[in-house]
Amino acid sequence: MRLARRLAPYGLTGPGALWLVVFFLIPMFAMLVLSLETPLPTVGFKQAGYQFTWHFSQYSQAWSQYHVQFVRSLVYAGIVTAVTLVIGYPVAYWIAFKGGTQKTTYLFLILLPFFVSFVIRSLAWQFLLSSDGIVFSNLERIHVLPQGFHVLGTPTAVISGIAYNSLPFMVLPLYVSLEKVDRAVVEAASDLYASSREVFLKVILPLSIPGIFAGFLLTFIPAVGDYVNNDILGGTNTTMIGNIVQREFLNDQNYPLASALAFILMIGLMIGILIYARVLGTRQIEEYV
Amino acid sequence: MDPEDPRLDQALLRGLTQRRISRRDALRYAGMGLGAAGLTAFLASCGVGSSSAAGSSSPANFDWSVQQLNHQLNFANWPYYIDTSHGTHPTLDTFKQQTGIQVNYKPVINDNQAFYAKISPELQQGKSTGWDIIVITNGAQLSELIDNDWLIPLDMSLLPNFTKYASDSIKNPSYDPGNKFSVTWQSGFTGLAYSPQATQALGREPTSLNDLWEPALAGHVGMMSDNTELGSIGLLKLGIEPSTSTPDDWNKAAEVLQQQKKDGIPLGYYDQGYVNKLENGDTWLTQAWSGDIFLANESGYPELKFVVPDEGVMFWHDNMLIPAGAEDPLDAITYMNYVYDPQVAAALANYIWYVTPVPDAKSIVAGLPGGKAVSESPLVFPDQAMYAKTHQYYVYKGTSDLNEWNSIFDPIITG
Repeated sequence: MRLARRLAPYGLTGPGALWLVVFFLIPMFAMLVLSLETPLPTVGFKQAGYQFTWHFSQYSQAWSQYHVQFVRSLVYAGIVTAVTLVIGYPVAYWIAFKGGTQKTTYLFLILLPFFVSFVIRSLAWQFLLSSDGIVFSNLERIHVLPQGFHVLGTPTAVISGIAYNSLPFMVLPLYVSLEKVDRAVVEAASDLYASSREVFLKVILPLSIPGIFAGFLLTFIPAVGDYVNNDILGGTNTTMIGNIVQREFLNDQNYPLASALAFILMIGLMIGILIYARVLGTRQIEEYV
Repeated sequence: MDPEDPRLDQALLRGLTQRRISRRDALRYAGMGLGAAGLTAFLASCGVGSSSAAGSSSPANFDWSVQQLNHQLNFANWPYYIDTSHGTHPTLDTFKQQTGIQVNYKPVINDNQAFYAKISPELQQGKSTGWDIIVITNGAQLSELIDNDWLIPLDMSLLPNFTKYASDSIKNPSYDPGNKFSVTWQSGFTGLAYSPQATQALGREPTSLNDLWEPALAGHVGMMSDNTELGSIGLLKLGIEPSTSTPDDWNKAAEVLQQQKKDGIPLGYYDQGYVNKLENGDTWLTQAWSGDIFLANESGYPELKFVVPDEGVMFWHDNMLIPAGAEDPLDAITYMNYVYDPQVAAALANYIWYVTPVPDAKSIVAGLPGGKAVSESPLVFPDQAMYAKTHQYYVYKGTSDLNEWNSIFDPIITG
């Protein structure tokens, strides 16, 4: 009986842990091994397999070859996060504080586009942003936009596409944390002679930081690795690291390089987020989450 | 005992007696160290070994005489690449009536590399891919399949229609001498396609590959993201024959393409999606595959035109192959033979509008409904003048060759 009780936690977390081990740890390990291998010399096209050679220079080679795309992806993702935060915060605030009984309806409306496939939505954006399409040709005709205006193929198009796809992932965490703000605290602040601006800046905003952090995680990380938006909306100078990994893996079949790229991305993101969490104050986040 | 004795200093004693590593920590680190050591031993023995198809069923000693008809066929192909009428494929239905073989047709191939990436792991382990016929363009993937012994060699005695009716341009090709493993499904040309906006911007119709570099079309030119197509067009622009080009030539072509990119002329590098960009008016002039423009004309864009540039077109072939481990090889080769019957080839050509491998189908197509224009088009039934304008792709000699090509042309696309 006592043994069963001591083993119970393992039994309960077992399936989850097993899933993580099989579908996360083992593939990660296999990829790590692959990134350190070099292909055996081939005759013609005959595949000779790979040989484990502790080929750490693969990582420096990957960085020197593709650091431009790495930095570009980080910059784009940063802009996307900032844009979605600026757009999403008022929306979440409004739903949380002024939503009343219709809150779930509003949330459902925000999630509605997700019933349509991700790729189809990006294709719809291609249609909307095309220079000869309905939107721009009419705007050009009434001289709101200059002739020859085009946005498809520019970084703006790619960033807009990613921001559009990431917006619900920013709004929902923000809504959750704003929902949890105790209304009594807000009322107390205004009782103590705080103006509504001060109430927001000094009470509500700090209390919603866990939501901002969660929204940042859910937006930034997928945005860095995004490749669909560049494929459909991008141009010649907007290639992101996701496209590079896809090309190296599928087109060039350079598995070691692609694995190294994926690992650099993963480790870089982890370190960046750890630093960010420290700066924001993890204790606060732990307390509230 | 001297009170000032540093050995009696409380703070010092506290510091000295502070636990650095507890017993539990020591055990934990030891365990991790052992684990790491075990891992490295495991890693060192790792390394994907070379592939070896199961010995007795190796394609090299494939015996056609013991094969039986299974009356089923799994056929993977590209989209819009077979005659379709009201949801069925008439030629497949006729095939079933004639031979009793049920064809499971799936247009799952959109890209040679992506499809090859899906089947090569299975082939490497000697397992069946689930397909009996696959259609792959001549290029690196086809050479790789051949070199690695992953295709079943064809028995020419089972392909009488091919011997009798196939066009000379696809018999004994450089990428598959003697048609040992492949017979062509359809061929096609990579040339230029343009919309009236290009004519307007240039003041004339585009006629040459140099028009892809025209500043007047800056920001409205589409190039292909397949680096074989991209590199070949660079070589053609410089007047270099791709099939005999050298790495020096490739570098020159890459320079020209980089210059085009620096001048801001291409809007982007596209795969099959280039047609959408042309239809939407985002690109005015683009590299294009001949049959796609026919299809676009039929689907509501009659103003788009395909043109054979002065420098010539690239001539590619999509080939039917039987992968190793295929479960119905005899059914597969029966179908391959069926497709080379001029009647069947005509039915296919009248729908697909790419270059059919059977020239004798021309007169039959002329008699089919809507077939007169098709039979007269040099893009479907090329004449000698058309063949004179075709160029062949460079045939990679091996993986290192391919890697060199990729390293020269990839930075243009991924920049």
